[in-house]
Amino acid sequence: MARYLLSVFGPAEPTEFGSYPSREEMLEAFADTGAFNDRLEREGRLVFADGLEPATTATTVDGRGERPAFTDGPYLETKEHLGGFWVIEAPDLDVALALAAEASKACRGTVEVRPFQTPASVQALMEP
Amino acid sequence: MTDPAVEQAITRVHHEEWARVVAGLARRFGDLDVAEEAAAEAFAVAVERWPRDGIPPNPGGWLTTTATRRAIDRLRRESLRDAKYQAALMVHDDTPAEPTGPVQDDRLRLVFTCCHPALSMEARVALTLRLLGGLTVAEIARAFFVHETAMARRITRAKGKIAAAHIPYRVPSAEDLRQRVTGVLAVVYLVFNEGYLAGEGDDAVRVDLSDEAIRLGRLLHDLLPDDGEVAGLLALMLLTDARRAARVSSTGELVTLDEQDRGAWDRDLLAEGRALVEERLRVVAAGGERPGRYQLLAAINLVHTDAPTARDTDWSRIVALYDAMARLDPSPVVRLNRAVAVAELDGPLVGLAEVDRLGDALEGYHAFHVARAELLRRLGRSGESRTAYDRAIELTGNPGERAHLTRRRDQLVG
Repeated sequence: MARYLLSVFGPAEPTEFGSYPSREEMLEAFADTGAFNDRLEREGRLVFADGLEPATTATTVDGRGERPAFTDGPYLETKEHLGGFWVIEAPDLDVALALAAEASKACRGTVEVRPFQTPASVQALMEP
Repeated sequence: MTDPAVEQAITRVHHEEWARVVAGLARRFGDLDVAEEAAAEAFAVAVERWPRDGIPPNPGGWLTTTATRRAIDRLRRESLRDAKYQAALMVHDDTPAEPTGPVQDDRLRLVFTCCHPALSMEARVALTLRLLGGLTVAEIARAFFVHETAMARRITRAKGKIAAAHIPYRVPSAEDLRQRVTGVLAVVYLVFNEGYLAGEGDDAVRVDLSDEAIRLGRLLHDLLPDDGEVAGLLALMLLTDARRAARVSSTGELVTLDEQDRGAWDRDLLAEGRALVEERLRVVAAGGERPGRYQLLAAINLVHTDAPTARDTDWSRIVALYDAMARLDPSPVVRLNRAVAVAELDGPLVGLAEVDRLGDALEGYHAFHVARAELLRRLGRSGESRTAYDRAIELTGNPGERAHLTRRRDQLVG
């Protein structure tokens, strides 16, 4: 079983309905996403999922100096930011992509699928 | 000195066995890298030994055995192998095929892994030519006018993604198969067109991409004999390639279909292509699946190649086939081709009116301006025709086509 991050991106400056054009559409998307999450859980694929507050609420921290530096706002200056994500388990990329397609439909956003490192791939990195 | 007969035999075995050796090793070791390298080493040993010892009675078995030993040696040699090896293992599925499902040939798994939709088109093409076609990285790099190091990086990155993202080594399930086969055919057709149209450059040592594509097409047709679109693409490539010798003049100028010496067409390829199209027509007539894009394109090509002279072309049949195409794919390019056929049937004025309607979508497409130039010429509107040729010449990258268009333009009177 492999682990994948499914990320959803949304506008940097959301409207009062998040990234949705109207309240109805927002509620529909929430309902569909909830149903999708329930299914993931039933099928034993869900590790974790949640939505994020807008990127304007982010604080960027650099702790490498003597004293940590705090900056208001997200790390990357882009038009779209991470708005929410799932961590799922799937046997292979085909299954992960099929789930991502459903996730995208449910939440009305584009989804990026990325594999997590595995103990073996980290081990391989560390070897000379 | 190598005996040319042995050399030829090695080339033939390479064509016939490379993909099978790589695919078998990939399944056994779960690692495309190991499979590719061990197969390459086994062929190198064959090139060294066969001229001296003779060709073994079962060359494919000999190569698989030799490659397997090399792969095991490599894995043993690498002290780090455990972690690296585990990290690179591919996901594969050993469940036997359903009776109605596709045959379980390891090469079919390799096809779908190399052409996986999560890989970029460039990566799919490179992997397919390397792992299925057996071309060297240097050959692929030359064929696509890319630096060898860049091409090697592209292939390494693609193999890295297959391993890290767990792209499975498996034939897709029946419900996904149609779409995934379409993706594979797009890779093969791109390779074919790259060889056939050769958008740029002129390189004598460039491997023949059209031949490679046809070889891949035959392999797919062997693996998926009942797939109409697979048969359609192979037929389309054969019927197109049959005209290769007649397509370029002795001065390197492109020769259009109506001016080609039909006696120079390859009868064997035409016959093979025709048999495939006719078989599909029988299946469709018997209530089988409706023909897709490649079958329709093959059928259109067959109408052209069946005409003893350009004037005998059955244009109403071609328009009907383009109508069927437009129902599947109402794109401006399909409508342009239909308009050209309509011009042959109903006259240049009717054709031009249809072509002109596509101006917004196709302004940057050279074939649109070629079609306009030819129709305007037939209508005696030389000035407008000249302008259209100029624009077409500006937009085309192929030197043979540019020479042809320049000559056509300069022959305009008035």
